Amino acid sequence: MVPPMKRSVRIGCGAGFSSDRLEPAIDLAQRGALDYLVFECLGERTMAFGHRDRMLDGSKGYNPHTAQRMRAVLAACRKNGTVIVTNMGAANPLAATQLTVGIARELGLAGLKVACVEGDDVTRQIGPATALHDRDGTVRDVGLSVVGANAYLGADALLPALKAGADVIIAGRIADPSLFVAPLAFRFGWGLDDWQLLGRGTAVGHLLECGMQVTGGYFADPGFKDVPGLVDCGFPIAEVGFDGGFTVTKLPDTGGCVTTATVKEQLLYEVHDPATYLTPDVTADFSRIAIQQLETDRVQVNGADGQPRPDKLKVTIGFDGGFLAEGGISYAGPNAQARARLAGEVVWQRLSRNNALLGDLRIDMIGVNSLHGTAHMPPTDSEDVRLRVAMRSRRREDIDTMLWEVEALLCCGPAGGGGYRGTISPCVVTHSALVARDQVRPTMRMFTA
Amino acid sequence: MSERLKVHDIAHARAGDKGDISSISVWAYDPKDYPLLKSQLTAERLKAAYPKLLRGNVTRYELDHLHGLNFVLRDALEGGVNTSLNLDSHGKSFSYLILALEIDAPEPTSP
Repeated sequence: MVPPMKRSVRIGCGAGFSSDRLEPAIDLAQRGALDYLVFECLGERTMAFGHRDRMLDGSKGYNPHTAQRMRAVLAACRKNGTVIVTNMGAANPLAATQLTVGIARELGLAGLKVACVEGDDVTRQIGPATALHDRDGTVRDVGLSVVGANAYLGADALLPALKAGADVIIAGRIADPSLFVAPLAFRFGWGLDDWQLLGRGTAVGHLLECGMQVTGGYFADPGFKDVPGLVDCGFPIAEVGFDGGFTVTKLPDTGGCVTTATVKEQLLYEVHDPATYLTPDVTADFSRIAIQQLETDRVQVNGADGQPRPDKLKVTIGFDGGFLAEGGISYAGPNAQARARLAGEVVWQRLSRNNALLGDLRIDMIGVNSLHGTAHMPPTDSEDVRLRVAMRSRRREDIDTMLWEVEALLCCGPAGGGGYRGTISPCVVTHSALVARDQVRPTMRMFTA
Repeated sequence: MSERLKVHDIAHARAGDKGDISSISVWAYDPKDYPLLKSQLTAERLKAAYPKLLRGNVTRYELDHLHGLNFVLRDALEGGVNTSLNLDSHGKSFSYLILALEIDAPEPTSP
């Protein structure tokens, strides 16, 4: 099925990370009049956690909010003719697809076409001798067991599903901007070697892929950068022309703001050289982009460009890094900083009787030096201070010992210490490698509700 | 007669991370303050301000027409999100390290 060429496409972003908010996505599905609604839910570490989940339970490994999101938006998207594109499949796109088909049936959406895109999982192609890209050496040199490895697929991997008329496309590791580039290239008939248009589509994707970060999220600085209605901040929409020019906006009666300042901050978010932003689709050039406020909450973006795509695909390899533990106890009132400091020294000395425990240990005072302490020590007379002891280890017994010593400060530390909490989280380590394009073969399977 | 200004008075910033590399963009609120930022907020100045944190290369890219600077700080995330034990392992708060710096304003500038 080939739909008619369009003059403009309206595309929204309903999630910019794995745990992003749900309500504004429902709003976009119901009122957005969107052609496409993209949920970008996958980071390097969330992918590795997906692999871990799948190892423990073969039916898991996809984004844990998949069912809630699908249940909340499927019916509205079908009614409004909005195609959903997402990487919520994470380490198990097939399971996420089957889950979605089941939910569609429950909702009475018979005939809904759900596409499963796979082929990004290259774990079997990674061996001890695989050379790393982000550091010297090989996988063997990391000295940790591999949890999983995924190649960043591009827009080309999504085109078969779009051409087959999918209502929902569920994939794993697709490069974030490619989730947006694919529907634009499909609806406008852009060639996958038209580097300028792909660069422009990549600008759309880059500005939208972090959700509210372009509509007032990660922005407010009261008295300097005020954001109206942050509580009800809306997710972004791009209205894209066939030549790749576009405007960024959001729904009326939502909070947040779309201004030249929010767009500029997001334009360079996680970008190094603005003239060479690498994706599987193109080497995008954002260095001559023009940004103009057309009206309130409507910003026009023109002038992105592109050069040929990189020869190879980037692969993220996740390794099992053991555990990260954090223990804390608080001190307040007169001389609080001195008491917290003494508590830290006491824990350090008690743990130092077992040298192995000090290898990857850090002690901070929250309220004094926990965030910027490595860079400089800002002056503070805070009398409300939390001692934080953090440790990373592959040995669970080390972690337990550390938390025990922090908790013991309640009775065995300085005066007035209270509010002990301790947490243990699994830890993954990621590194990148490069793989030849012909080593990666995306696949597409269509399921019907 | 010059006055000391915090970068925060005249500019806004956003930090992002990739591995052990932090990238921070800094934007003048008012285009007329951009030359001041560009002349004083150099890569060398930044590296010299935080030598313990910024042990790696600092590169600055300039987007003159948008009145913004982009700093790429290598080896700046204490090993990166994988190995850093910093509470803020992504360095999200590092944009405010730049905004905390002081610069000389040749003449009074309204924030």
